[in-house]
Amino acid sequence: MSAPAVPASAGAPPPSGPEPHGSGSSGPSDGAVAGAAARPRRRLTPYWLLLPAGLWLAVFFVAPFFYQASTSVQSGSLEEGFRVTWDFTNYTDALATYAPHFLRSFLYAASATVLCLLIGYPLAYMIAFRAGRWRGLLLVMVIAPFFTSFLIRTLAWKTILSDAGPVVGVLKSVHILDVTSQLGLTGDERLLATPLAVVCGLTYNFLPFMILPLYSSLERIDLSLHEAARDLYAKPATVFRKVTFPLSLPGVVAGTLLTFIPASGDYINAQLLGSPNTQMVGNAIQKQFLNVLDYPAAAAMSFILMAIILIVVSVYMRKAGTEELV
Amino acid sequence: MSAPTVSPSASAQTSPAPARKPGSAPLRWLRRNAVVLAGAASLVYLLLPNAVVMLFSFNKPAGRFNYEWRTFSTDAWTDPCGVADMCGSLALSLQIGLLATVFATAFGTFAAFALARYRFRGKGTGNALIFLPMAMPEVVMGASLGTLFLNTRVAFGFVTILIAHIMFCLSFVVVAVKARVMSMDPRLEEAARDLYAGPVQTFLRVTLPLAAPGIAAGAMLSFALSFDDFIITQFNAGPSTVTFPVFVWGAAQRGVPVQVNVIGTAMFLIAVAIVLGGRIASGRRRRQA
Repeated sequence: MSAPAVPASAGAPPPSGPEPHGSGSSGPSDGAVAGAAARPRRRLTPYWLLLPAGLWLAVFFVAPFFYQASTSVQSGSLEEGFRVTWDFTNYTDALATYAPHFLRSFLYAASATVLCLLIGYPLAYMIAFRAGRWRGLLLVMVIAPFFTSFLIRTLAWKTILSDAGPVVGVLKSVHILDVTSQLGLTGDERLLATPLAVVCGLTYNFLPFMILPLYSSLERIDLSLHEAARDLYAKPATVFRKVTFPLSLPGVVAGTLLTFIPASGDYINAQLLGSPNTQMVGNAIQKQFLNVLDYPAAAAMSFILMAIILIVVSVYMRKAGTEELV
Repeated sequence: MSAPTVSPSASAQTSPAPARKPGSAPLRWLRRNAVVLAGAASLVYLLLPNAVVMLFSFNKPAGRFNYEWRTFSTDAWTDPCGVADMCGSLALSLQIGLLATVFATAFGTFAAFALARYRFRGKGTGNALIFLPMAMPEVVMGASLGTLFLNTRVAFGFVTILIAHIMFCLSFVVVAVKARVMSMDPRLEEAARDLYAGPVQTFLRVTLPLAAPGIAAGAMLSFALSFDDFIITQFNAGPSTVTFPVFVWGAAQRGVPVQVNVIGTAMFLIAVAIVLGGRIASGRRRRQA
């Protein structure tokens, strides 16, 4: 394309100004003059449009990472002030002290992601294929939880999972808690302040982020493909395994990323539903930054978290093989 | 709950079973509707906490924490601002939410048009810059922005929270508006130009109305995100600027007043009413057209 700044959607270069289509007789010199005057301005238009948002993100999203990088190699104390000493002990200390936190973050986030997929897929499938005219209402109900502050909803889990509550009662009576406490997932008498409660909270909080991308990729599937598979004598399970699931993979990848990434940095569920033994990296970063005021340690930890997430996500995306996603 | 209303209607619409399976009728029904039942169970899981929040807004707890049911009471509903500082924090959250929405929607809409409508050098970088904040855990963004303010000696408070909220809302507005703009038919604008509409007139009478649903979706999303944000806010709020989520977080440590549940329930009901009202209105408009 000759002019780089023409609207991408229009195939041919659009007429600049009021000149109507196909009027070659109406003085070509006029059009040429107008075009020459308009072209430099048009070429800059996208940059002007992008400027406020781009500048905002450059200053308040990108630049902070450089400040954080420099902070993470500083040493000193709050009283004497911090100075850049290229001291990488912040990183080694963080890993040595908080290795269990990192491990828990990724275990919990991965478990929550798997659970979200298992819980979210049937619901997304039902809304996409079996809901009929209830589809819109069901979608509203998936988003509806967002309308109540998520801290309040997470606190509600304290009631649901409380020691004297119905969930603990039922699980105790069928002796499931005995099994899970042997595995170290729960206590033998309680759910709150255990890893299972934290994972349950994480799963709950990020479930809509799994359901919506799943739904949007399921909804796009051409139903005649299902019919074709059935006509070729595929059993329902085979139709799902060979047709539906592969076609929903973009949604699965998007949903798992949208669940895993925020869940691995979360500290609210671990704080409200867990115990000191279920703390995640987020808790450690928050404590160092807001309570201990050891900014270099907080910066080093959030860099490690970011690096691990980038590695995990890029490996996962390669395995899943969906380049067209982003 | 929703479950019983959903399953019968959905089962009525299922296509006839393709192949006759052995087994009794109830078993066959169960097999055919397993997905619907599992989906209904997921929906219960998703909405159970909202029901609990609503129920416990009518509770009269014994202690400072509202986790155990005692007796029915409407005290909190008749005196929603009876807790010190809570309604102040609510007003602050609304204020920040509205301001952040206005800025993020404006900036995000411009950027979305640039990325959807033009080809230019650096477009890939622009797309990546928009995408990255959505792929970053909040704690990382919050801590790094906090580090910037610490290093540049900007005092934490209203302005730093607003800056942070505009920052993370932008990307979501861009995504919502861009999707809409890309799906718009360019021929409509060409038609407007063919009918001698000037560029300004074309934009105001054709482009903007067509893009409006995307812009509205982006605005609503950014208000919801800003109003409900806790993690990034905690890293960038001063000790005296307490937004509503920060208030709830503090209350979770000291004792949760029932009024918190009242606010949660009221927000839920208002938002659902707006969404359902909008759906009904748009359905009616479509039927008239």
